[in-house]
Amino acid sequence: MSESAPEVTADPREIQIQNAKAYLLQAGPNGVSLYEHLSALLTRILAERPPNPLEIVEQLSTELHWSRLNKGLDTLRTQKDDPHTYIKAESHRALFTHGAGDGEEAEGDGEMMESPLPNILDLAHLLQQGGVSLGRDETVRIALALKQLTDTRPLQSCRFWGKILGTQGSYLVAEVQFREGEDDEAEEGAEEEEKATEEEEDEEEKEEEEDLPPKSTYRPPPVVPREENGTGANKYVYFVCTEPGAEWVRLPPVTPAQITAARKVRRLFTGKLEAPVITYPPFLGTEANLLRAQIARISAGTHISPLGFYQFGEEEGEEEEEGAVRDTYEENPEFEGIPVNELVESLSNWVHHVQHILPQGRCVWYNTAVKSEEEMEEEEGEEEEKQDEEEPEPEVGPPLLTPLSEDAEINQTPPWTASLSSSLIPQYALAVLRSNLWPGAFTISNSKKFENIYIGWGVKYNPEGYSPPAPPPPQAEYPSGPEITEAVDPTVEEEQALKAAQEEAAAAAEEAEEEEEEEDEEEDD
Amino acid sequence: MEADGLLLGVEMVSGSGVGLSPEQSAALRTSLLLLRRNMKLAGVLFWGKILGVHGDYYICRGTEEDEGEELRGRKTFYSLNCMDWCLLPPATEALIAETQVIKGRFIGDPSHEYEQTVHKKVGEGDAAYEEEVTSHIKEETRLVATIAMIDKEAAIVPRGAFIKNPVGLVKKNPCFRGLTVSEAKKLSSFFHFTPTVNPKNRSLLEKADLDPSIDFLDSLEHDIPRGCWSLQFEQGNSVVILRSLLWIGMTFYHVPLTPQHGYVYIGTGERNNDLPFMI
Repeated sequence: MSESAPEVTADPREIQIQNAKAYLLQAGPNGVSLYEHLSALLTRILAERPPNPLEIVEQLSTELHWSRLNKGLDTLRTQKDDPHTYIKAESHRALFTHGAGDGEEAEGDGEMMESPLPNILDLAHLLQQGGVSLGRDETVRIALALKQLTDTRPLQSCRFWGKILGTQGSYLVAEVQFREGEDDEAEEGAEEEEKATEEEEDEEEKEEEEDLPPKSTYRPPPVVPREENGTGANKYVYFVCTEPGAEWVRLPPVTPAQITAARKVRRLFTGKLEAPVITYPPFLGTEANLLRAQIARISAGTHISPLGFYQFGEEEGEEEEEGAVRDTYEENPEFEGIPVNELVESLSNWVHHVQHILPQGRCVWYNTAVKSEEEMEEEEGEEEEKQDEEEPEPEVGPPLLTPLSEDAEINQTPPWTASLSSSLIPQYALAVLRSNLWPGAFTISNSKKFENIYIGWGVKYNPEGYSPPAPPPPQAEYPSGPEITEAVDPTVEEEQALKAAQEEAAAAAEEAEEEEEEEDEEEDD
Repeated sequence: MEADGLLLGVEMVSGSGVGLSPEQSAALRTSLLLLRRNMKLAGVLFWGKILGVHGDYYICRGTEEDEGEELRGRKTFYSLNCMDWCLLPPATEALIAETQVIKGRFIGDPSHEYEQTVHKKVGEGDAAYEEEVTSHIKEETRLVATIAMIDKEAAIVPRGAFIKNPVGLVKKNPCFRGLTVSEAKKLSSFFHFTPTVNPKNRSLLEKADLDPSIDFLDSLEHDIPRGCWSLQFEQGNSVVILRSLLWIGMTFYHVPLTPQHGYVYIGTGERNNDLPFMI
């Protein structure tokens, strides 16, 4: 003790420092002392050297506190960092390695026939000039995904149609045509459909045998049959995938009923093909059907080409009957290109090369009044009722390759906006056409070739605001007649007057009868 | 998005299909730099593009140099050719209300006048009669109002990217190091970047976790109608993309665990009032 005493007196500052340090080293309730905290804070500031440390010192201090609190629970095994990212990277890896591995085999095939794989990189370049972007990395991935599609299926042609955005995911759409006779899935699909219809008929027969309550007199409007694969709205087959690397899913063919229903609803896609479409008026089918219907509508409205790029096949055109709609065209080998300036200035230099979809939901009008033989037999008994029905008027749309200048305006908004991709170097600029009817549809042309693409939400422009159609008026419960109509109760006087009148009438009738009887008797005699 | 990081930002939002042509992007990067010097701005943001029928409006936004306030001291400029910028007047409530009646697409000419007839009741009681009042609204005014509306309903920032300092000024947070992946999956980690007029009544449980210097903005969590934001991870799950369904064309991106974030609006400038029927 005697030795330590002089030390204390010798350096009182040391004691003060030690006391202060001891105070700072006192650990708080969470086991951390201020001393530790400050040293960690200063270490970080000195290590990072932010430009204005005084201003952010509080912020840094809070962050330090939070980091201590948010340590998370102890786990026996080390936690994996978000595996979802890795799964996706793995699927993309398959895309890259798959392409390389099949390359050698594909080369052998390449000599045999031309690959239908479109040049996506070229397309992306054109699009970028026009201010539409696919994303640089994404372009490569889409190209690889399309390669996957063309390698695994016997395709005649393949085109990148575009992209439809959804609330939880988006769809990449490829427009393909199978080589003739090699479309196995379509044939299977057709067989299934036939089976389904047969089954339905069987069921109907069974129903007839049983004793059933009286049938409703309601007769559903005739079903418009869908167009055959390879014609009209089903000219192409569409494959979609939610992202590059995912599996390509074939969309079912579109039916006229789906197109007409899709016209009445406004709905965003969710990104899941099997999701139900809950709308009013009801849409029959899942999101895959709605997607297919919208693709058909968008194609019909926005797929355009410079005038003269396509022409009608000459031989066919002459032989065809009058009134028949021409639905085939071929590339014009003598097409020399239209100067870009003219393409931008006049919309009559552009034509639609996809058939217009009629209000009926088909490209070629189908007369529902003409019945097949079976139906005729069934309905012979009902013919009398049917005579009142009028022959429906055939719907006629603009023919194929109609110029854009014929397109209808939407509420004083022109349907197309044309512009040059560059105002500074106009001699090498591209013509960019933007659809105002289907926001997201673009057509870009460099006088010789052109590209149509759609990247958007799959919803038509509607300036007026959508209001769903009102439900149909409720059906009358019973026929309205005088016996159930409400009327004022008769007064006593009226009743008495009526009674008197009835008595009089009865008396007169009796007299008449008596006279008749008398007459009869006379005759008998 | 930041004018300096324009290329990166455009690439990030390219999933929506919108973009800038090389010519536009090159012109913007030159002219925005000069705009910053000439107008003495602390920073310039490329705000977006409003597509008109005959021409497009390019819009950018600058923050004033002297105060450094990010939320209130903002100036908006527009250009038709990416080169010459014109200052827009600030939006007022009356101005926004006045332009609400206009429907249809933008024309692309700032001096275009919309003619609007409004039926007004004049007089009181039995003497009341309807009078047709024709008002002329310039497209430039409509542009101001539309930008203000989009800012109010669809401009967003990740939580923590901006802080309110003790004096009450909103500043960029230099310590912001990005949201974690799990945070980025929640709408509550994204804030409307607009002055909160009436802060929502939060429950006590929610209030307990709030940091007043960070949580001074409204989160997207309680936006009406529910489902008006589409949150997705894109580009191989590396970027979180938020798309507004109310203002179709508004795209926000944020790369988790990095301070990179931004939004851009490329659309027709029309509010999607049909949204309740579409989701």
